[in-house]
Amino acid sequence: MALPTRTTPRAPAGRPTSRRPAARHFRLGGIDPATLGVVVLWVSVLVALPIAALLALSLSGGPQGFLAAVTRPSALTTLGLTVALAAAVSLVNAVMGTVIAWVLVRDDFRGKQVLDALIDIPFALPTIVASIVLLSLYGPDSPIGVHLAGLRAGVMLALAFVTLPFVVRAVQPVLRELDTEAEQAAASLGAHGWTIFRRIVWPVLMPAVASGTGLSFARAIGEFGSVVLIGGNLPGRTQVASQYIQQLIEAGDQAGAAAVSVVLLAISFLVLTTLRVTSSRMQQREEAA
Amino acid sequence: MRQSRTLRLSLRALATVYLGLLVAVPVTMILVRALAPGLRTWWQWVTTPAAISALNLTLLIIAIVVPLNVVFGVITALALARGRFPGRAVLQTLVDLPFAVSPVVVGVAMIALWGTNGWFGWLPQHGIRVVYALPAMVLATSFVTMPFVVREVEPVLRELGTDQEQAAATLGASRFQVFSRITLPAIRWGLTYGVVLTISRALGEYGAVLLVSSNLPGVSQTLTLLVHGRFVDDHNVYGAYAASTVLMGLALVTLLVTTLLDHWKKQR
Repeated sequence: MALPTRTTPRAPAGRPTSRRPAARHFRLGGIDPATLGVVVLWVSVLVALPIAALLALSLSGGPQGFLAAVTRPSALTTLGLTVALAAAVSLVNAVMGTVIAWVLVRDDFRGKQVLDALIDIPFALPTIVASIVLLSLYGPDSPIGVHLAGLRAGVMLALAFVTLPFVVRAVQPVLRELDTEAEQAAASLGAHGWTIFRRIVWPVLMPAVASGTGLSFARAIGEFGSVVLIGGNLPGRTQVASQYIQQLIEAGDQAGAAAVSVVLLAISFLVLTTLRVTSSRMQQREEAA
Repeated sequence: MRQSRTLRLSLRALATVYLGLLVAVPVTMILVRALAPGLRTWWQWVTTPAAISALNLTLLIIAIVVPLNVVFGVITALALARGRFPGRAVLQTLVDLPFAVSPVVVGVAMIALWGTNGWFGWLPQHGIRVVYALPAMVLATSFVTMPFVVREVEPVLRELGTDQEQAAATLGASRFQVFSRITLPAIRWGLTYGVVLTISRALGEYGAVLLVSSNLPGVSQTLTLLVHGRFVDDHNVYGAYAASTVLMGLALVTLLVTTLLDHWKKQR
């Protein structure tokens, strides 16, 4: 808690909070050392130490051991498949998410609220329930005769389900704030619908679409629960990286599991960091403009 | 942009069909399948001893994780919003890290730290079981839900500033009074939102918990592990459907609460 000591001079009214009295600098800018210690301890025990231990475990066989674990044919196959499936699903999301957001903002019809509410369900549902839910319609005893269990299409379906909200929820607010005047002006000058979309709407939507697509990619490459039941865990065909890691753990190869985990973690960390850096750069540019 | 009628209707149809096939029909389907044999059968399957024990374990984990995340989450948010200290950027990254980690990787990390071969592997030798027991399930759940409270409370604290707290302190309020009368009321809605998100995620956590649980029915299965166990180990598809509807019901309650909170926030 940020509390001034008794010796701190009274701040005159209207003083901006960013300007701090010099006396408080040694207090780490308003946080006393004990509080900071608690925070560091908590974050370390909960997050930093497990991740550090994971890194150490992945390197327990030396750098060669790490390389050998992640370049085994089985590891390369499953990592490649995971990245490919995640990329494909993210592309589907980029297109369908934009279409859905467009319909939800620009169209008006009965039942629109229901569609809008459906978007939130995938984030609220536990992933294992998502798997069962999809299996009840597309599983072995499918009432409509569509059998996707054990197929890549089934894995993609599961990934598309759990990542559905990312692009929709990123694009919707941007589209809502987009002024239609420029579009009307272009139309009055004779521009066609597609030209207007490409030249006027898309440049504004693009950052939001890219950010939603990146988030859904980062989520999809680590996805586990929703894929477990519908994917069938077939090595080389439907087994994704997180299932491969679990299999290594069950086989007692902890160092190998840790090495593949580190690769997975590095990919999603890289994607998320890139997104954060580009979005903060764009914000700065906007503020400068 | 003026759209032709055909384009508008086809986009509308495309969005509706996609959402229908991906979300609406499957979700309805599982309800139909779970309730088709009658409410009585459904009730029997969701009240078996293993199911009751799974519900209790899930609730127990939530009951431990929520207070932990609230207390430490608020303190962390205070440090991030107000502190100027070396390593602040590292702390920010660490707080966001759980969002980037696959649940299975969380499980592996827990094993790497707390397992018998891990850094804290000496604990089990002293009779403290962490992995394949409740503590690791709590730690794993706490790991994946850690960012929620921090990220909901931190922006509120930033907006609040410290003027009111300083004024109260100069008027002689104790630290506790300042916190309970000024800080806490200001952050209570953000905190509530963070808690609901935490509960929602904790209810549904599966991958991380699967790796660190001994997964014994009636002993160390959470609701999500029960669904998995019934479907995969027992080939009890109906039982898995029934257990799923319980989780689904709980998830929809948390969704409803977040929607109401959102609505309330917008109105203000």
